[in-house]
Amino acid sequence: MTGPAAPAAPLLTVDDLHVSFTKGHATVQAVAGVSFTLSEGETLGLVGESGCGKSTTGRAIICVDKPTSGKILFGDTELTTLNRSELRTLRTQVQMIFQDPVSSLNPRRRVSDIVAEPLNIWKIGTKSERRDTANAMLDSVGIDPLVSGSRRPQEFSGGQCQRISIARALVLHPRLLVCDEIVSALDVSVQAQILNLLEDLKAAHNLTLLFIAHDLAVVKNVSDRVAVMYLGRLCEIAPSDILYSAPAHHYTEALLSSAVEPDPEATRTPVILGGEPPSPINPPSGCRFRTRCPRAEPRCAEEVPELRTIAPDHQVACHFPIGSS
Amino acid sequence: MTPLLEVDDLHVSFATPRGAVRAVQGVSLSLEQGTTLGIVGESGSGKTVLSRAIMGLLPRHSATQTGSVRYQGNEILNAPNDELRQLWGTHIAMVFQDPMTSLNPVLRIGRQITETLRIHLDLTKSEAKETALSLLMQVGIPSPVERFNAYPGQLSGGMRQRVMIAIALACAPNLLMADEPTTGLDVTVQAQILDLLSTLQHERQMAMILVTHDLGVVATRADEIIVMYAGNVVERAPTNVLFTQMSMPYTEALLGSMPRISYPSHTRLLSIDGRPPDLLSPPAGCPFAPRCPYAQGKCHREKPTLVEGAVPGHSYACWFPLPIREKAATS
Ligand SMILES: Nc1ncnc2c1ncn2[C@@H]1O[C@H](COP(=O)(O)OP(=O)(O)OP(=O)(O)O)[C@@H](O)[C@H]1O
Ligand SMILES: Nc1ncnc2c1ncn2[C@@H]1O[C@H](COP(=O)(O)OP(=O)(O)OP(=O)(O)O)[C@@H](O)[C@H]1O
Ligand code: SF4
Ligand code: SF4
Ligand SMILES: [Mg+2]
Ligand SMILES: [Mg+2]
Repeated sequence: MTGPAAPAAPLLTVDDLHVSFTKGHATVQAVAGVSFTLSEGETLGLVGESGCGKSTTGRAIICVDKPTSGKILFGDTELTTLNRSELRTLRTQVQMIFQDPVSSLNPRRRVSDIVAEPLNIWKIGTKSERRDTANAMLDSVGIDPLVSGSRRPQEFSGGQCQRISIARALVLHPRLLVCDEIVSALDVSVQAQILNLLEDLKAAHNLTLLFIAHDLAVVKNVSDRVAVMYLGRLCEIAPSDILYSAPAHHYTEALLSSAVEPDPEATRTPVILGGEPPSPINPPSGCRFRTRCPRAEPRCAEEVPELRTIAPDHQVACHFPIGSS
Repeated sequence: MTPLLEVDDLHVSFATPRGAVRAVQGVSLSLEQGTTLGIVGESGSGKTVLSRAIMGLLPRHSATQTGSVRYQGNEILNAPNDELRQLWGTHIAMVFQDPMTSLNPVLRIGRQITETLRIHLDLTKSEAKETALSLLMQVGIPSPVERFNAYPGQLSGGMRQRVMIAIALACAPNLLMADEPTTGLDVTVQAQILDLLSTLQHERQMAMILVTHDLGVVATRADEIIVMYAGNVVERAPTNVLFTQMSMPYTEALLGSMPRISYPSHTRLLSIDGRPPDLLSPPAGCPFAPRCPYAQGKCHREKPTLVEGAVPGHSYACWFPLPIREKAATS
């Protein structure tokens, strides 16, 4: 039900992360001051609408997108200043899986070779040991290596390809796995298989997960804590069950009221959010949500609300959070 | 009174080099004016092919269509194109998943709406512009006068879908077919578009077929739902009945595999192994039999047809329907 007991030091600490891209003459502030921690064995969900900076945050953590400023600590290693060979070593410990499983797998290779590839690169074990490890990994994600190991990715369905991606990501036993929309393209019955599998693997390998998705129900299902992002900044972080039942940020509340549930009796609070997010090239001053916030006041335009703790494990970035009167 | 739309034993198959793909295998349904029918099913179950067959939009050379589709009592399946063209827009209109593929990228959106109006309604240029602006306003496009001159690429996905809806509604159709109208949009935009469709539908007493893979989208918005699996309708029921008294194991599986906000986190999901059968050679028996936890010998030999359940309007295709529960094990 709840996350593991609080361990000593976090596995991952993201501190005031900024990532900007230059687009012609304009600068896109894709991530603009994001901070959070992730404990060993924990799953943190990251939700928010398209373009809010979820993938950029994930890519900064695996050192693909270069931060403009801020710190990313993995254990006590500062990731933003690593040199190339240190980065290579990091790749064994931090892995990322993406939305489109079919295009992220080499179509010409056999799946058992795809899964063994990281072992070959790192020259871990003998050739036969590598094959055995890869086959055991395939087996643990529900793909029979004897029947299917020598087939190629096109011969598999989307769900099976995602299983293969997971096997490849886990074969080096990484300590941190970043999952970016890994079930978004899958049918619900297949999505359920993958979500259940992820929960099983997490328990078996004591995995730490950053689970990025836009689907609120999916994120709640797998996460111990959930962070809500809007236009490059975090609005709120809380244990899943608390965030969904008692949101403190007005954007979290609006997101939740927009979600649809497969239940005709579900009471739908009227959607209070009009319009669409503003451009990240020229974000609103102060609170970035103020142009759509039903509770906005003059102070919200002047002062950026910082994340602050309002209850154990519950942080919110709002001058006038819900429930604080 | 004849229903607005009646579909009887509709079959659609595609000729492919590997053989005939039997995409729709005997679907029947009917729809009354002013009501919403939800069509749900997973990818490849035949939802889009069914909607396009009803509209007469499938390519004649590769798609073989048999059965009957009657609109206001008139047969329209395999009707000549000029007859269908009279129906499109003015009687039946369609909104697709990806507005970018159905909007012309090099034409200003205002022009795309006025063109539809002028073709079907014989309006003057200025009347058409006035109507188009009013439509853009009705679908909630901010500053319609400026947006009138925008190209589709300059609008967000949600705005483009609003433009598609404006075009679809331009000639006040009796029936709107919406095929995954919100798939790929953010939840907040999805809610806006679904609310917009419901409002416009009620105002205009329009019938709507809402096609989706997401049972959540239709749960509070459809009067009746049909569930498709591998080209077949496997269950049909008034919305409340479907969610609380489903009889078909596939419907149960579909619902049970969906994570919900109302469940505690880390709730184990129901997961069914395997995947739907190949439509080139569908199994002889129940299409769900290879994955069904309740399958028995008969299921593999004989295909169940839709039979009426105890509740009016409820039917299902299953030899061993689920027992009726007091109240569904939801929430
Ligand atoms: N390489 C890049 N160059 C320029 N802009 C970029 C680049 N990558 C991302 N962006 C911009 O940064 C912002 C954040 O993008 P990001 O992909 O992180 O969002 P996201 O939350 O993952 O969205 P989605 O849900 O659509 O995947 C967007 O405005 C996007 O257009
Ligand atoms: N033109 C075609 N030629 C051959 N097969 C086709 C053609 N169009 C569709 N099919 C097949 O018919 C079946 C039903 O497809 P359809 O597009 O109706 O599914 P759907 O339920 O709309 O799925 P989705 O949720 O992915 O949109 C699929 O197996 C598809 O591959
Ligand atoms: S800081 Fe102000 S604008 Fe931002 S969410 Fe809170 S009340 Fe709304
Ligand atoms: S007919 Fe048999 S296999 Fe098909 S759904 Fe019913 S019990 Fe399952
Ligand atoms: Mg992304
Ligand atoms: Mg479709």
